[in-house]
Amino acid sequence: MKTKKRIILGLALALGWTLAQAQVKVGVTVSATGPAASLGIPEKNTVEMLPKEMAGQKIEYLVLDDASDTTNAVNNTRKLIAENQVDVVMGSTVSPNALAMIDVVAEAKVPMISFAAGDKVISPVDEKRHWVFKTPQSDKMMTEAIVEHMVASGVKTVGFIGYSDAYGESWYQSLSEAIAAKGLQLVVNERYNRTDTSVTGQVLKIVGAKPDAVLIAGSGTPAALPQKTLKERGYAGKIYQTHGVVNPDFLRVCGRDCEGTFLPSSPVVVAPQLPDSHPAKAAGVEYFQLYESKYGKGSVTQFGSYVWDAGKLLAAALPEALAKAKPGTPEFRAALRDAIEHLKEVPAANGVYTMSPTDHLGLDHRARVMLRIESGQWKYIP
Amino acid sequence: MDSSIALILTQDGIVNGAVYVLLALALVLVFTVTRIIFIPQGEFVAFAALTLAMLENGRFPGTVWLVLAAGLAVCVMEAGALVARHDWRYRLQVLGWNLAYPLVLWALAATIDWREAGQWGRIAFTLALIVPLGPMMFRVFFQPIAAAPVLVLLIVAVAVHVALVGLGLWMFGAEGYRTLPLWDENFLVGPLRIPGQAIWVVGASLALIVLLAQFFSRTIYGKALRATAVNRNGARLMGISPNLAGRLTLMLSAAIGAVSGILVSPITTIYYDTGFLIGLKGFVAAIIGGLAAYPAAAAGALLVGLLESFSSFWASAYKEVIVFTLIIPVLFWRSLRTHHVEEEEE
Repeated sequence: MKTKKRIILGLALALGWTLAQAQVKVGVTVSATGPAASLGIPEKNTVEMLPKEMAGQKIEYLVLDDASDTTNAVNNTRKLIAENQVDVVMGSTVSPNALAMIDVVAEAKVPMISFAAGDKVISPVDEKRHWVFKTPQSDKMMTEAIVEHMVASGVKTVGFIGYSDAYGESWYQSLSEAIAAKGLQLVVNERYNRTDTSVTGQVLKIVGAKPDAVLIAGSGTPAALPQKTLKERGYAGKIYQTHGVVNPDFLRVCGRDCEGTFLPSSPVVVAPQLPDSHPAKAAGVEYFQLYESKYGKGSVTQFGSYVWDAGKLLAAALPEALAKAKPGTPEFRAALRDAIEHLKEVPAANGVYTMSPTDHLGLDHRARVMLRIESGQWKYIP
Repeated sequence: MDSSIALILTQDGIVNGAVYVLLALALVLVFTVTRIIFIPQGEFVAFAALTLAMLENGRFPGTVWLVLAAGLAVCVMEAGALVARHDWRYRLQVLGWNLAYPLVLWALAATIDWREAGQWGRIAFTLALIVPLGPMMFRVFFQPIAAAPVLVLLIVAVAVHVALVGLGLWMFGAEGYRTLPLWDENFLVGPLRIPGQAIWVVGASLALIVLLAQFFSRTIYGKALRATAVNRNGARLMGISPNLAGRLTLMLSAAIGAVSGILVSPITTIYYDTGFLIGLKGFVAAIIGGLAAYPAAAAGALLVGLLESFSSFWASAYKEVIVFTLIIPVLFWRSLRTHHVEEEEE
């Protein structure tokens, strides 16, 4: 009898202790395997670096892998919400996955912070996207940076080659709008697959159209193939890549064919090279050093920094949400969403976030820089 | 489109097609002898290319662990027979190939600095690593169910493929690699710029086809495989071991896959999961040959290569769709031309 009583007492104490120590649960789904693994792996690494305590609360991270697959991302989200009762969902790595997750989080009324770059993830902010925020710069901001640079260097005609999926399509849309606004001309539009072994056909067509500059809208190492083929076919114009290529493996695979390539990027990639006055320098250098100390020199990519900034947003929003409700309740989730939307001038590794009811990204021109590849390194162009 | 563009596209199509030819031949070979629709064929391509890349970069290739594990699995499965059969030659053979050989490979991988070993040395070591995976895979996964219906064999093949892709990510990481070309020269022929590596790809494919043809028509093992393909039970009655035939077939298919991987890796970036798509295109070609006829499969592979390069010029967004849609009229035509034969009941 005595033991039984003790057990009951122990259970009651444990229960009371858990209630008092109610922790904030963060559910994360990333594409750590599959085609987007090169983006998902640094993201997963960064989740491990996020603070385990924010605003005096213990934070518990539950990380699942969706294998770059949309169905898995949706299932993971449902699982995190229904089984683990998470307070906020983070992820996923690629836009198709993040887009599919919107319905799930909106239905369950759980705030979500996406690491996927697609504009459609957060815009327009409608009844469903009410719950969705994201940390990566939109393609539109990056395209503007590219087009500004093109105009400044006297480019008149532009060629485009991108992935034949939502990523390429989204880049094509934002590029054609941006260059039309600046009076440039898009002369050729080609597509290829991440898994393609040859893009000779597409490149011949581009070379035949003789554009002053070509934008390659790919990500990671598959973006090297069109560039290598362009050089092989003697294309002499300017080549632009997107911020999707910023990882050391891209430089390794592309080698000397990528010298002189221009690309927009998040300031975090060149954080140590930034002038001290840059608002993203402090947070960027902090992340940069932390990541390099853990995963080796030259390992920093912006993909991981999206996760880092999601952590920054969460840390900044938690005090307001905690003042209103207890973690684990629907009220807390709603309060957390409101708190994220109220964030003003939060300095982070990718720039400065100022959310509003119509803008769930909150970044401005301070969140992008132009880089040039010089002797196998990213060089900041002021 | 002018003639020079057409020529360049044709060249590109033939180079890609040459690799598909090899894979189509391997798929037809495996299917006729063992009735396995061999989905993991593409993994040999990717694993060989990535192993070579690892050796070039002075990193320890994860395939060594795979060979060790596969060899160990074979020993475990043969354990009963090893104890029961008092045949020292047999014991020596099993333990030698599945335990001692992988250990030797491991020792070589760990001690030699492969960056200094020269391109041919690395290629030889890559082949030594990849080729034994074929027979080991047959012994572990397919020999126990060799008599099962085609569908069961296919499902196991798919499972092996999925497992290997996962292992590939673990062994090589998510990023792609290119290896050094065997011949870094370019030749200008009219409007064409022919890279030396492209000549290697086409030349080696042709050489391999001739070698295979010789193997099947001249050697006793080749004839045994042909006999098994024609009539499995008949061949068995003539004393041809179906297990030996299966192991030999998968060894050939692993060798063909590995050679293809070594050939293409300097001209394209290979990822841990690239093999599937390359294998799938070889499969489309093999289907054109009805999974039975070698010349038709080879012609189909060239057709796939050319179709791919021309459609990437005209309608790049629909390239994959066009290539894989090809299979529909082919199947339709074949179903009209041939009488449907029910799969033989065992």
